[in-house]
Amino acid sequence: METGFTLSNTIAAILTIGIISFLWKDNPLYKLCESLFVGVSAGYWFVSLYYQNLLPKLFDTLGLTQLFTSADIEPGAIQILINEGRVDNSFLYLIAGILGALMLTRLIPNLGWISRWPLAFIVGTTSGLYFTTYFQSNAMAQLRSTILPLDSIGNVVIVIGTVCGLVYFYFSKEHKGVMGGAARVGVWFLMITFGASFGYTVMSRMSLLIGRFDFIFSTWLGLTG
Amino acid sequence: MRRQVPLAITFIVGWTLIIAVFIPHPPFGQLGENFTTYFDIIAVFAFILGGGNLIRVHGNKVYKKRQDWPYSIVTILGFVVVLIAGLFKIGNPDGLSGDLTQPGSLFQDLYTYIFAPLQATMFSLLAFFVASASYRAFRAKNKEATVLLVAAFIILLGRTPIGGYLTFWLPESLSFFHIPNLAYWIMTIPNLAGQRAILIGISLGVIAMSLRLILGIERSYLGGEGERS
Repeated sequence: METGFTLSNTIAAILTIGIISFLWKDNPLYKLCESLFVGVSAGYWFVSLYYQNLLPKLFDTLGLTQLFTSADIEPGAIQILINEGRVDNSFLYLIAGILGALMLTRLIPNLGWISRWPLAFIVGTTSGLYFTTYFQSNAMAQLRSTILPLDSIGNVVIVIGTVCGLVYFYFSKEHKGVMGGAARVGVWFLMITFGASFGYTVMSRMSLLIGRFDFIFSTWLGLTG
Repeated sequence: MRRQVPLAITFIVGWTLIIAVFIPHPPFGQLGENFTTYFDIIAVFAFILGGGNLIRVHGNKVYKKRQDWPYSIVTILGFVVVLIAGLFKIGNPDGLSGDLTQPGSLFQDLYTYIFAPLQATMFSLLAFFVASASYRAFRAKNKEATVLLVAAFIILLGRTPIGGYLTFWLPESLSFFHIPNLAYWIMTIPNLAGQRAILIGISLGVIAMSLRLILGIERSYLGGEGERS
């Protein structure tokens, strides 16, 4: 990023001040910046997803990019069919394209129900993948890491904290007696975790704020070294 | 038809991916990766839907001149300008074949001078709200709130130079209580235990919810809040 009182830096600075001005009260400059942020971020993610997913994974794989442009890339399914006379597996990506296109039927009132099909595919894929990955990498891996030799205070604290924390999340039995005591200890561990996360969140937000002030006073106004 | 087909798709896709884990041979071995790619492609269309909806909602607001409608023009303009600049790679030194984020392209400039400052400032604003929330939360009303307060305070101090300055005078035998050391211990021992309990709890929840979705017990994603018709 260039430094100094340039047009682009001034725009960035005005937008920064506009958002910060919300601390004073809701005002037209903040609303303008907020509206701009909504539009620009939607556009940014749209373009990013197009170039990261749709273009390479669908259009390039099927060969549509090569069909309509002179792009120098690997031949797609259409080129393989034309040149080699065989149906490539890449044609299966057409199913994803069709399912994706069906998603747009939500915009047509009478056909909106068809958009449930791609949604069902997404839900099924997420469920199927998460079922195994969460079981393997989170539940089992975390349990395995918690089975520790009780030869140090640290290990004892980790085992007690994890078990008691899990007892707190076990709602099928009333938290009374031993269960109640363990759940109470679990709450303390969870509170430490929330406190640590809170501390980290504050730190990260503060560093962002410092970054913005640094931009205004150093990069834009050039007041500091 | 309207409910049975999506339920069948979820059931077949979900079970196929679960079974595929146990059969590491073609075509099952590649299924997870392929389905994730399909997922990515469909997600882009969902984003197209979202973009269309954004234009529709704000377009309606402008057309009917509802309250604060001029701001909707800004939203639409921002969306359209970034879209055109990005899709057509305007100002890109290498044209359409060049990298999207190449220096000098309009899309990259819009990112650097508009999107990044807005996003960073919007998130940094949360620092003030967090400070305000912490003022309320940090009033130690009970033992649990006190534990949260103490942990957060130690972490905050331990990650800044002031934490080190406050306790630098402690003798070697009490180095455990040196604030940066204490912060490190909290992060690696009790915080780890709490995180593990939460992670295991979340995993069990995700597994149960995945099963409910695959078996068609949970149907709220179809609309109608879990109707069984």
